[in-house]
Amino acid sequence: CVCVTVSHSQITRLYSRFHSLDKGENGALSREDFQRIPELAINPLGDRIINAFFPEGEDQVNFRGFMRTLAHFRPVEDNEKNKVLTPGEPLNSRTNKLLFAFRLYDLDRDDKISRDELLQVLRMMVGVNISDEQLGSIADRTIQEADTNGDMCISFNEFTKVLEKVDVEQKMSIRFLH
Amino acid sequence: MESYLFPFDSLICMLLGISFTVWFTLLLVFIIVPAILGVSFGIRRLYMNSLIKLFEWATLRMERGAREKNQHLYKPYSNGIIAKEPASLEQEIQEMRRGGAEPEFDMSDIFNFCRRGVESIVDDEVTKRFTAEELESWNLLTRSNYNFHHISTRLTALWGVGVLIRYGFLLPLRVTLAFTGVGLLVVQSSIVGLFPNGRMKNYLSDKVHLMCYRICVRALTAIITYHDSENKPKNGGICVANHTSPIDVIILASDGCYAMVGQVHGGLMGVIQRAMVKACPHIWFERSEVKDRHLVAKRLSDHVADKSKLPILIFPEGTCINNTSVMMFKKGSFEIGCTVYPVAIKYDPRFGDAFWNSSKFGMVNYLLHMMSSWAIVCSVWYLPPMSRMEGEDAVQFANRVKAAIARKGGLADLLWDGGLKRGKVKEVFKEEQQKLYSKVLVGSSEDRSRS
Repeated sequence: CVCVTVSHSQITRLYSRFHSLDKGENGALSREDFQRIPELAINPLGDRIINAFFPEGEDQVNFRGFMRTLAHFRPVEDNEKNKVLTPGEPLNSRTNKLLFAFRLYDLDRDDKISRDELLQVLRMMVGVNISDEQLGSIADRTIQEADTNGDMCISFNEFTKVLEKVDVEQKMSIRFLH
Repeated sequence: MESYLFPFDSLICMLLGISFTVWFTLLLVFIIVPAILGVSFGIRRLYMNSLIKLFEWATLRMERGAREKNQHLYKPYSNGIIAKEPASLEQEIQEMRRGGAEPEFDMSDIFNFCRRGVESIVDDEVTKRFTAEELESWNLLTRSNYNFHHISTRLTALWGVGVLIRYGFLLPLRVTLAFTGVGLLVVQSSIVGLFPNGRMKNYLSDKVHLMCYRICVRALTAIITYHDSENKPKNGGICVANHTSPIDVIILASDGCYAMVGQVHGGLMGVIQRAMVKACPHIWFERSEVKDRHLVAKRLSDHVADKSKLPILIFPEGTCINNTSVMMFKKGSFEIGCTVYPVAIKYDPRFGDAFWNSSKFGMVNYLLHMMSSWAIVCSVWYLPPMSRMEGEDAVQFANRVKAAIARKGGLADLLWDGGLKRGKVKEVFKEEQQKLYSKVLVGSSEDRSRS
C-alpha cells in the first residue's frame, strides 16, 4: 500500500460520510449503498465508478478500501509536502489517475480497451441518442488514432500517449475545504 | 410495629397532597391561563437566554481543552467538505471543445463524468438532508454528540445535571401539559360542535383551537418568533410551508386558525381528527381517496371557494426534510388557482433537533426526544401572498414560491424530490445527462437518428 497523506480532520469527515452511506451498519458499503446517492445514480457512468471501489469479485468495500479509491483523487500539489521516501508512486500520481480512468473503460480488466468495450462505454455515456453506426465509426476513429501497435486495442501506454497533453492532475482531483 | 408507621403515613400523605396542589396551581397560573389568554410571562425566553450562555461557556471549555492537548476542535462544515466545480456538465464539455472545429469524441471526456461521480460520493446535496443537521458546537445532549471531544469533568457534571433536569422535571411536566392540551382539544371541540353553525360557533371554535395549541406549544417549551404577521393567511387561501416535523402544525396553528389536510387515521389521532372536524371544517381524506388526484383537487378547490372557511395548511414537500434545505414542491396545491400564502419555518438546532427522521424513529420515540430536549426554538416568517402569473404553469409557480421560502428562511433551494428519502431517482434525469453529452459529441445541428 502506497501512502498518501490525508489530514486527521479529513479522515474524520470521510469516516462520517462512510458511516452515513452505510445503511446496513455493518462496516462495509455495498453497491446499493452507492446507488442511493441520487447524483451518482443519474451519472451516465455511475455504475462504472461504483465498480471501481470494489476489488475483483467482491461486493463489499470497507473503509480502508473506500479511502484507498478516493486517494486517487487527491490533488497532486499536496505531494510536494510529502516528498519523502515512500517507495513506489503515490496513489494520486498522474500515472495512477490515468490508470483509474483506463480501468473505467476496461470492462473485463484484461489491461486492453477493445472496440467492443469502447462501444459499450460510449453507449453508457450517450444513451439512445446516437445510432449504432455513428457510435461505431466514432469508436473506430478513436482506436485508429490511439493504436500504435496494430492490435486494434488500446493498451495503457497507448492511452497515456493520447492523453499526454491533457491536464489530468487538475481534471481528476477533488479539493478538500479545510 | 404498624402503629409506628401510621403518623408517618398521614404526614407523607399530607405532604404529597400539598405538593400536588402547589404543583397544579403553579401549572394553572403560569401555563394554562396564559395559554388561554394568549399572553406570555417571558419565562421561556429567559430560559432560552440562559441556555445560550451555558452553551457558549461549554464551547469555550472544549476549545480550551483542545488547545491544551494541542489538537484542533472538530468543526462540522455545513457548506460541504469539498470544493465542487460550479459549472454544469454541459459547460465543462463545451470548454474542452472550444476552438475545435469538428465535435468529436475525446478519451478524456470520461474524466468529467468520473470526477463528478466521485465528488457526489464524497458529498452530495440530497442524502444529507434526510438526517439531523450537525451542530457547530455541542449542546450538552448525548444524541448530538458525534466527534465532539475534550469534554472535561465539569462539562460531564453539567451534562449529568442536564439529564436530571430534562428527564426528571421537564419531561413529566411536558407530558402532563401535552395530555391536558390534547384532552381539552377533544372535549372542547366536541362541545362547540353542539352549537348551530354560525358566527358564534366559528368564534368559539377559533378560541378553542388556539387555546389548545398554545398549551401544546408550552408542552414542547417552544419559543417561537413570528415575523411579518401582517401577511398572515386569510380565508380562501392556501398556506404553504416547508416541512420539518409534525410540530410545524402546532407552531403555525397556535398563531392563527387553519383548516388541516390529511389522511384519516385510526386510534388516538382518529379521535382528535373527528373531534376537530365537529368544531370547524377540516379536510380529512380516506386512504383510498388520496390516490385520486382529481378528487383531492376538487375538495381543496371547494374549500377555498367558500370564503367563510379557514385557509388550508399544506406542506407541499410531502415529507419531512431536515431544515437545511427546501426540496421540490409537489404541484397539486399550486394548480388550484387561489392565493398562496408562503410561510418559512426555521428551527434553531442548538436547543433540540426538531427533524423527524421517520425511517429511523417512530412517532412516540420522536415525541419523547422532543420533550426531553432543552427547548424548540424557531422563527416563522409570513411572506407576502403570491398568485400564479400569466403564462406561468403550476410547476414554475411552485418553484417561485419555493425559492421565496428558501431565501427567507436561509435554506438551500433544491430541485430534488423529497421522495428520494425512500424512493429511487427517476431514470429520466440520467437520460437528460446522456442527451446533453450526445449533443456535444455529434453537434446539435446534425441529424440525430435514433437506434
